[in-house]
Amino acid sequence: MTKRSNNVGATPNAGATAKWASFARAAVCWRQGTAARTTLSRGTQSCRGTRSPMVAAAGVIALLLAQPAQAMHISEGILPPQWAGLWFAASAPFVIWGVLAIRRRRARQSKYMPMLAMVGAAVFLISCMPIPVPLAGSCSHPCGTGLAAVLVGPAASIIVATIALAFQALFMAHGGLSTLGANIFTMGVLGSLVGWSAFQIVRRLTGSILLGAFAAGLLSDWATYAGTSFILALGLHGQESVWSLFQMISLAFMPTQVPLGVLEGVLTAMAYVFVSRRRPELLLSPDAPQGAEP
Amino acid sequence: MRAPRKRIIAIAAGVTLLAGAMYLGVMHTHGRWVGVDENVVEKFSRQAGRPAQKPLINTDQGDLLLFVFLLGGTAGGFVLGYYFRSLFGSKEQKKNAPDA
Repeated sequence: MTKRSNNVGATPNAGATAKWASFARAAVCWRQGTAARTTLSRGTQSCRGTRSPMVAAAGVIALLLAQPAQAMHISEGILPPQWAGLWFAASAPFVIWGVLAIRRRRARQSKYMPMLAMVGAAVFLISCMPIPVPLAGSCSHPCGTGLAAVLVGPAASIIVATIALAFQALFMAHGGLSTLGANIFTMGVLGSLVGWSAFQIVRRLTGSILLGAFAAGLLSDWATYAGTSFILALGLHGQESVWSLFQMISLAFMPTQVPLGVLEGVLTAMAYVFVSRRRPELLLSPDAPQGAEP
Repeated sequence: MRAPRKRIIAIAAGVTLLAGAMYLGVMHTHGRWVGVDENVVEKFSRQAGRPAQKPLINTDQGDLLLFVFLLGGTAGGFVLGYYFRSLFGSKEQKKNAPDA
């Protein structure tokens, strides 16, 4: 576990990822011919326009409780309150869908709950396990939601991710309560749906469950970080364009997440093939609609 | 009970390889091994004037975070192992299964 300081990028040994981030910023600005406009706005513009009193009140409470520091995933307090509220609202229907899908499947399959508990523990462990990437000189964690999506279905995978993220935000200084909705949307919703879709498409195109599971792990990881980049760009762009900030953040994630995505793909493929050989009856039928039925 | 010599050699080779990889990785990179949260997420958020805030329950104090991660890892590992065994069975159970 690494101790975190507040002067990242300020020293010559700031790490390859920080250098890459600077390079990414320079590259995007060079493409746009706007070298003089690389400084982001101070965020005051993104704080305007809070429409819902409830969201505003929740945001004020979160800001009063919090003090400057640092965490993981999208950390506490980074998103303006209206964006944090929006991502809670966007995630809520998927969480309800997940709860209903688990209820339906639990009634039909006796071994489903032990399987779900096992997958939940795996996602919790995977998503709080920092893995060093020597090429980048930094650490990051896989998500595990691609694996969960192919093993228990995307709807249940969203619930698994929600529980893991809530535990991490509450007890492990990992993410945050105000940003929980955004983290559920990226890791839970995007990771699960992209993973499941990739598995279905690649399996049908190639006929190989190994390749399908690999694609699920790989693309769910990359989709999660692309989603994080997009959410950050939307919330923090200020006077800069969302697209250019999205490009910069995505490029900064790349040196760490590209190799980790490949690793996650390999792990997902190995785990899926193992379960399909040992206990195929535990898996969803590959053709089940939305993964909700056995 | 003596472990077979081949197994001991394989374990020793594995440990040596791991140590070599760790040495090369740690000594020959200039990274500080911080997470992408700090290198990317918090970097951009600070530049935008919205630095990260302390979590509600701030366990990131001294070795407390190590303890919490250890606790989480132990609990998660126990649940994972318990249900894995109940779903897939142990080696002995597999050997003794009637259709094995």
